[in-house]
Amino acid sequence: MISRRDFLQASMAASAIVGASGFGQWGKLAAQQLLTQDQLLEFDTFGNVTLIHITDIHAQLKPIWFREPEINLGVGDNKGAVPHITGADFRRAYGIEDGSPSHYALTYNDFTSLARGYGRLGGIDRVATVVNAIRGDRPDAILLDGGDTWHGSYTCYHTQGQDVVNVMNMLKPDAMTFHWEFTLGSERVREHLSNLPYAALGQNIFDSEWDEPAEDFAPYKFFERGGAKVAVIGQAFPYMPIANPGWMFPEYSFGIRDERMQEMVNEVRGMGADVVVVLSHNGFDVDKAMASRVQGIDVILSGHTHDALPEPYLVNETIVVASGSNGKFVSRVDLDIRDGRMMGFKHKLIPIFADVITPDADVAAAIDAERAPFADQLNEVIGKTAEDTLLYRRGNFNGSWDDLICQALIDERDADISMSPGVRWGPSVLPGQEITREDLWNVTSMTYPNAYRTEMTGEFIHTIMEDVADNLFNEDPYYQQGGDMVRVGGMGYKIDITKPIGSRISEMTLLKTGELIDPAKTYVVAGWASVNEGTEGPAIWDVVENYIRRQGTVSVAPNTSVQVVGA
Amino acid sequence: MADNVTPRVRVPREASAGEVITIKTLISHPMESGQRKDGDGNPIPRSIINHFTCDFNGQNVIDVVLEPAISTNPYFEFQATVPESGTFTFTWNDDDGSVYTETKDIAVA
Amino acid sequence: MQITRRNTLLMTVGTAIAAAVPFKAMANADAAIDALLNGAEAGSEGLTLIAPEIAENGNTVPIEVNAPGATMIAVFAGGNPTPEVATFTFGPLAGSHSASTRMRLAGTQDVIAIAQMPDGSFVRASQEVKVTIGGCGG
Repeated sequence: MISRRDFLQASMAASAIVGASGFGQWGKLAAQQLLTQDQLLEFDTFGNVTLIHITDIHAQLKPIWFREPEINLGVGDNKGAVPHITGADFRRAYGIEDGSPSHYALTYNDFTSLARGYGRLGGIDRVATVVNAIRGDRPDAILLDGGDTWHGSYTCYHTQGQDVVNVMNMLKPDAMTFHWEFTLGSERVREHLSNLPYAALGQNIFDSEWDEPAEDFAPYKFFERGGAKVAVIGQAFPYMPIANPGWMFPEYSFGIRDERMQEMVNEVRGMGADVVVVLSHNGFDVDKAMASRVQGIDVILSGHTHDALPEPYLVNETIVVASGSNGKFVSRVDLDIRDGRMMGFKHKLIPIFADVITPDADVAAAIDAERAPFADQLNEVIGKTAEDTLLYRRGNFNGSWDDLICQALIDERDADISMSPGVRWGPSVLPGQEITREDLWNVTSMTYPNAYRTEMTGEFIHTIMEDVADNLFNEDPYYQQGGDMVRVGGMGYKIDITKPIGSRISEMTLLKTGELIDPAKTYVVAGWASVNEGTEGPAIWDVVENYIRRQGTVSVAPNTSVQVVGA
Repeated sequence: MADNVTPRVRVPREASAGEVITIKTLISHPMESGQRKDGDGNPIPRSIINHFTCDFNGQNVIDVVLEPAISTNPYFEFQATVPESGTFTFTWNDDDGSVYTETKDIAVA
Repeated sequence: MQITRRNTLLMTVGTAIAAAVPFKAMANADAAIDALLNGAEAGSEGLTLIAPEIAENGNTVPIEVNAPGATMIAVFAGGNPTPEVATFTFGPLAGSHSASTRMRLAGTQDVIAIAQMPDGSFVRASQEVKVTIGGCGG
C-alpha cells in the first residue's frame, strides 16, 4: 500500500520529469523557431479538479518586458533554497537550457538579447486565451487571483482600479485576495467589492476596532468540482499597515493569524472539504513556514514575492505553487481528489509569450477601450535609454530603474542622499528604447507618490537602513515583509545579511565626498512612498519625468555602492 | 478636556444562568499622554481615561487602572459570569473629572 | 532648504518609533516591577501574555493577558518613558482571569506582565514586540 506521502513524492518526481522535458523542449523548439501556442498549452488533463492561478499582475494589461532578479538572497534555513536561487543556478536546478525561452522568462542573464529574440511576456488578453484553453480541457476549472491586481499603472491610478476590474471580470475569476488594492483606500475597495462578481477572500482581514473578522471579506469559499468539495481559503498580505500606509485603510487589521488559519482549515474539513487550497499573498518564505505550522492544507497558491517556479515546492504534504508577476505566467494545477484526499497533482507554469499566444479578441478590445481615453498621455515619449542601459528593478539591493529614480531625486530635489522603496513590481525598458510616460508610471504609480525632502541625522539614516534590512533578512520568515532593500542614492554601504538587526549595516559613505556618514551630522534626504500621512512634495513621476526630459537619453552606470557580505 | 467622548459596549442580550460571556468595550478618547509637544514646542497636558470598571447588579466584574500608554480610544475585552438577569454598568473616569457610564441589560432564560 | 513644521513633526514621530530603547527606560520598568513585587520572586508558570511579534502600528498594539485564578494582572512596557500600562483587578463575577487591550509602544521592546495569585505570590511573563518603520512592501 502506497502512503499518501509516498504518492506525493512520486507525483513530485513525475512532475519534475514533466517539467524537465517540457522546459527542455521549449529550448529546442525555440532554437528551431517553433515555439507554438499549442506547445505552451500542452497538458494531459489529470484528476478531477483544475486550479488556475494568476497573481501580482500589478495592472499590467499589456505585454511587458520584465527582468527577473540577479540577487534574491535567502537567510537562515532558506539560504540557497528555492526561490533564493537565480541565473545559472536556477537553470541548473530546473534543467533549463541556456538560451531557451524559459531561460529568458525565468532568469536574468542575457536579458536584452533574449528579450529581442523572444519578445514581451504577459498581456491579460493572452492570459484570457490561456484560461479559456484550460477551460476547454476542463470547463469548471477554478480561476484564482492572488491579488496585487488593482495597482501599478497609469490607467489603474487614474481610474482607481476600474480599468483592471473591468478587464479581469471578463476572465471570470472565482475568488481573489488582496494587498496593494487597499492603497486605493478602504472606501474605494468596498466600492469595487460591492460589484465584484466573485468571492473576496481573506481569513486574516479583521475589523481593527472590535477585533472581529471583517464583514467585507469571507474567510473561504466552497466549490463543487468533479465530485469533490474544494475549499479555497484566502490569506491577504499580513503586513498591510506596516508596508503600506495604514491610514488609508484604518478599519482593517491583518497579520498572519496562523492559529485562525488552522481553525479555518479544521472548519472547512469539518464541513466536508475534500481538498483545502489557500490563495495566499503571504510571500513565498512565509508560505513555506505556514505550510509547516498549519496542518491540513493541500495546496498553497503563493503570491507577493513575485517568484516564478517551474515546479511546486513540497512542504510535508502541502504543495506551494509560485506563479510570478506582472502577467508573465499562469499556473495550471490539476488535482486528483478522491475519498477526501489529494491523491496526486500535475502542474505547469505557463509562460505567456505575447508573440506566440494569440490574444483573446474580446479582452484585447476591452483593454484598448480602457486605454483609449488616456492614449496621448500613455504614449508620450519622455526620453530614451542609452544603448548600454537596461532599466529594470528586481533584485535585493538595486536596480537601474531605482538608480535612475534616486539620481532624479538628488538632482531635482537638491539632496545629499535619496531613498526609493524596495518594491518588486515594475517592468523593464530595453536599451535604446523610447521611454514613454506609461513606462515611467509602471514603476512609480501609487496613491502616495509624494517626493519628500527632509533632514535626517546619520544615526537616523542608519536606523532606517537597519530596520528595512531586518524586514528582508530576519531569519524568521514571519518577520519578512517580502519587499527588497530600500534603494539608496548618494550613499554607499556595506551589509552583512547574516547579522542581527542593528549590526548589519556599516561603512555608510556619502558618495559625493567619500566621507563616512557621521551619526551626529544632518543630511538632506529626498525620497518617496512614505507611509506617513500628510507627506508633502511633488509626485515622484513628475520628479523623474523632469529629470529624464533634461537628460534626453538616460544612461545608468552599474551600481557598485552596495557591498554585500554573508550571501 | 476631551470632546465627543462616546462609550460603546458589546454584550450578548441573553445568557443561561451561570454562563460565561465575552464583553467588549470601546470609548472614543484621545488619551493625550502628557508627553507630546505642540507645534510651538509646548507640552500638551495629559488628559486620559484613568479608570474603568464593569459591574453586574452591584458586583464587580473587572477593575482597570489605565496609564498613558493605553492607546487612543481605549478598548477592553474580558469575560463575565452571569448568575441572573440584570444590568451591566460600565464606568469610565476621565482625568478632567468627567465620568462616563453605559448600561446593558441581559436576560437569563 | 525648507523643512515644514509638518515634516519636523513627522520626523519626531519617526525618531520616537525608531529610537533604540534607552537604558534608562528599562531601568524604570525594573524599578516599577520591583516596587510591585516588593522583594518577592516571580514564578514563570500560569500567566499567558499574547502580543504580536511585529506591531502593525506602535500606537495600537493589541495584547492579551490570562492567568487562571489571579486576583490582579499588571502590564508594563520595558521601553516606554513611563513603564506602567494598565492594572487589571478581577472581581467576583469575572468569567475568567483574562483581559485584552491595546497599548502604545515607543519602539521595539519587551512587554511584561505580572500576575498576583490569591496566595499573594507573583507570576511573570514577557514578550518582545517589534515596532518597525516598514514602508517597503512588494
